Amino acid sequence: MKTNRRNFIKISGAGIGTAAIGSSVFSWANGDLLNSAIPTPTFTSKTPTYCEVCFWKCAGWVTKDENGEIWKLEGHKDDPHCNGRLCPRGTAGVGMYHDEDRLKTPLIRVEQNGKQVFKKASWSEAFKVIGDKMKTIAKEYGPDSMALFTHGSGGKFLGHTLKAYGSYNITAPSFAQCRGPREVAFISTFGEGVYSPERTDIRDTRCLVLIGSHIGENMHNGQVQEMSEAIDKGATIITVDPRFSTAASKSKFWLPIKPSTDIALLLAWIHVIINEEWYDKEYVEKNTFGFDQLKDHVQTFTPEWAYGITTIEPKVIRETAKEMANASPAVIVHPGRHVTWYGDDTQRLRAVAILNALLGSWGRRGGFYNPDKVSIPDFPHPPYPNPKHTWKDAADGKFDLATEVVSNALVDATIPNENRDWNIKGWIVNGTNLIHTLPDQERTFKAIEALDLLVVIDTMPMEITGYADVVLPECTYLERYDSIRNSPHREPVISLRMPAVKPKYDSKPDWWIAQQLGFELGLDEYFQYKDIEEVLDWQLKKVGSSLAEMQKIGVKKLKREYDDLYFLEGQENLFNTNTGKIELYATDLANAGFPPMPVYTEHAQPQPGFYRLNYGRAPAHTFSRTSNNPNLVDIMPENELWVNPKVAKQWALKNGQYVWLKNQDEKVSTFSIKVRITERIRWDSVYMAHGFGHTQKKLSRAFGKGASDTELISNVMYDPAMGGTGMRGNFVTILTEKPETVEAS
Amino acid sequence: MRYAMAIDTKKCVGCSDCVVACQIENKVPVGFCRDWIVETTTGTYPNLETEYRSERCHHCANAPCVRCCPTGASHIEEGGVVLVTPDLCIGCGACIASCPYDARYPHPDGYVDKCTFCIHKVRKGEQPACVEVCPTNCLYFGDLDDPNSDVSKKIKERKYKRLKTEAGTDPQLYFLI
Repeated sequence: MKTNRRNFIKISGAGIGTAAIGSSVFSWANGDLLNSAIPTPTFTSKTPTYCEVCFWKCAGWVTKDENGEIWKLEGHKDDPHCNGRLCPRGTAGVGMYHDEDRLKTPLIRVEQNGKQVFKKASWSEAFKVIGDKMKTIAKEYGPDSMALFTHGSGGKFLGHTLKAYGSYNITAPSFAQCRGPREVAFISTFGEGVYSPERTDIRDTRCLVLIGSHIGENMHNGQVQEMSEAIDKGATIITVDPRFSTAASKSKFWLPIKPSTDIALLLAWIHVIINEEWYDKEYVEKNTFGFDQLKDHVQTFTPEWAYGITTIEPKVIRETAKEMANASPAVIVHPGRHVTWYGDDTQRLRAVAILNALLGSWGRRGGFYNPDKVSIPDFPHPPYPNPKHTWKDAADGKFDLATEVVSNALVDATIPNENRDWNIKGWIVNGTNLIHTLPDQERTFKAIEALDLLVVIDTMPMEITGYADVVLPECTYLERYDSIRNSPHREPVISLRMPAVKPKYDSKPDWWIAQQLGFELGLDEYFQYKDIEEVLDWQLKKVGSSLAEMQKIGVKKLKREYDDLYFLEGQENLFNTNTGKIELYATDLANAGFPPMPVYTEHAQPQPGFYRLNYGRAPAHTFSRTSNNPNLVDIMPENELWVNPKVAKQWALKNGQYVWLKNQDEKVSTFSIKVRITERIRWDSVYMAHGFGHTQKKLSRAFGKGASDTELISNVMYDPAMGGTGMRGNFVTILTEKPETVEAS
Repeated sequence: MRYAMAIDTKKCVGCSDCVVACQIENKVPVGFCRDWIVETTTGTYPNLETEYRSERCHHCANAPCVRCCPTGASHIEEGGVVLVTPDLCIGCGACIASCPYDARYPHPDGYVDKCTFCIHKVRKGEQPACVEVCPTNCLYFGDLDDPNSDVSKKIKERKYKRLKTEAGTDPQLYFLI
């Protein structure tokens, strides 16, 4: 990302900076006249919140100025997610509140003069339409024919409504489109997942190994902070990435690997660490199962073997293995986060887990700690009815090791199938723009086509709202209460989100939407409370606090029940696996018919003139969620296509030139993307930040800005173990002229 | 008292949080900024180096913008902080032309604006907004006359570079390398 002052001024000149957060909105009361460029608000009030710009959910304070307008958001010093420092997206969270493109009223799809249009509706009208349709679906197909796709805090409330109604088809794309394989692989190995925030003890590590993980470009706040702290303390960073990522630029070793060959490198590292006897012998002997099988398994996977596959020199493979061993057990081979790449991702993450086990880092300081969290009890309600069908009924016995609901399996369950007596007929979509979230858009559209009901609940007119029967405007996190944040960390900690301001327009919080929908469906007994404050106060009192206390302090740390952040010396460790040990040989994979130890599979490479499409995060955006945020558009208005200078020369590309992309299936990007010629990318791949190229005109700042990687990801490599959608097997070629087929909607 | 800032390029990831926090703290209109990120990459694949720098006004000890200001709007406050008094500024742009660091911009309200080191916060014993927010903790602010300040300690411990010293400005941003 390149931000410089010339860009900023030019952008302003082009009239992009339209939101008025300028001096006209705010007054500088009592300002020293001679220094009126210096803000001196006369009155401020602070309310606690936790951020909703990404899943990291940093706790913070909202400060208002003398006019009662939100002035700024700052991190909460007691919160281990952020330690008083929000990331650029969190700092700019106020842009979500100010965004004038927000959804403002409920909308209902109606037919007018033979044309389908959205009609503004009251909330009661909207609930009536949804309620009637859901009752019909329950009667004709069964309530388990409804599904909820959610990504965000509202999911808990809406999930409760759906379960009360009779469906457990509740999914977050963060599993099968993102971190699922690492959870499954770590559960297979250690009997426990990595969780979120990751249990990586980066601040105390001596060696951090990143495999395609771009910490620093992903602004997963606490993790970025800890990496920085580790740099201060002199930790070694080893980054494996075909791209010279920001993290690579901070690394002692950068391994510019040939894309799709990571498992070969991991197997060679395991080979070296075992054969050189650099593993933690005592730990391995005491805690693991299957060492001898593993040793046999990796004998042929020498660094020389891996060199031919990965292009990483054997000497570098040995040197980096030694570096890890020297740091053991304070070493982290990081599991990453977005890990659905090539369909054999569970296998790759198993290799990562095995390496950590050999180095003895699981349960050790500077490796992986044992997180703790506060259990928040449910507000009392009757038991949920038992649904007859779940996503597994549409998966034909596939994806058996999935530990969460597989979103793409619910999409498959929505596409009518004569061989199945059950199909999903209705979706509620909350806080996830499925058009940009799910790969293979044609499949998504096919499923949407088959729906009897699509309800979208969001703050912004995302692409998915265009396909909805009913659109409900959710208020932003700065205008609402939500459930207590109780994510796991080194110490159990709770955090409160409360409204700093009243909801703008006719927008409403999810807790209210979920409750009102429950009433509409006749599920009153599940919603026996006046409002969310009653629920939160009841819950907080159960865990030794109260709503009144949390409104004042925002964040409360509690004591760990046991002193078990790390394994204790001489302690017997029991792991939640079939053997009670760390499984180097995974019995659950073997039982399900998958290789019990990781194998390398060769993947397709680009044809001449084509480049592997790689994608990732940019620090100033959370995909669709921030793509229209005025403050963040100002920082990064569009994505760029990273192209190696050799490739640029071949195509006679100039820096800043706009090009279109066409993939192996003849899919052409709707919009053009700006070329960034840089040595930081390999010649066999191109790279772009995900979340751009919006086709929805109502997103006035995001529309037509940059290209969408999702529309070019038509080849999906499914992980047979857990249903993850491998998305890195797509190849694009460059079109320098505007293709005729392209027409923006 | 001599205020200065050290920027640890080994830790900066170029996330722009300093830019956003400054814009919001100081109500800088969207489309403008008082601080910004510069990324420089040298070498050829795979022998590369990338440096990220969070840049802003260098609060020069010998500030050309102050010397060339015809109205006295650009001036030096306590600790050597270079400020602009909007009511005295006629927007002539001489300071913008004279600054080797391109640290100033014309505010839409008709005056020239720039980094103040968040002097309004510093006077209250706080840190500049960019320093307080930085997730990598790569910005250090303080008084160079105080040997125990964060910034004094950092430039004593570490190698650093200053930018365009050949311009004779005696800049007070120290980039730790």
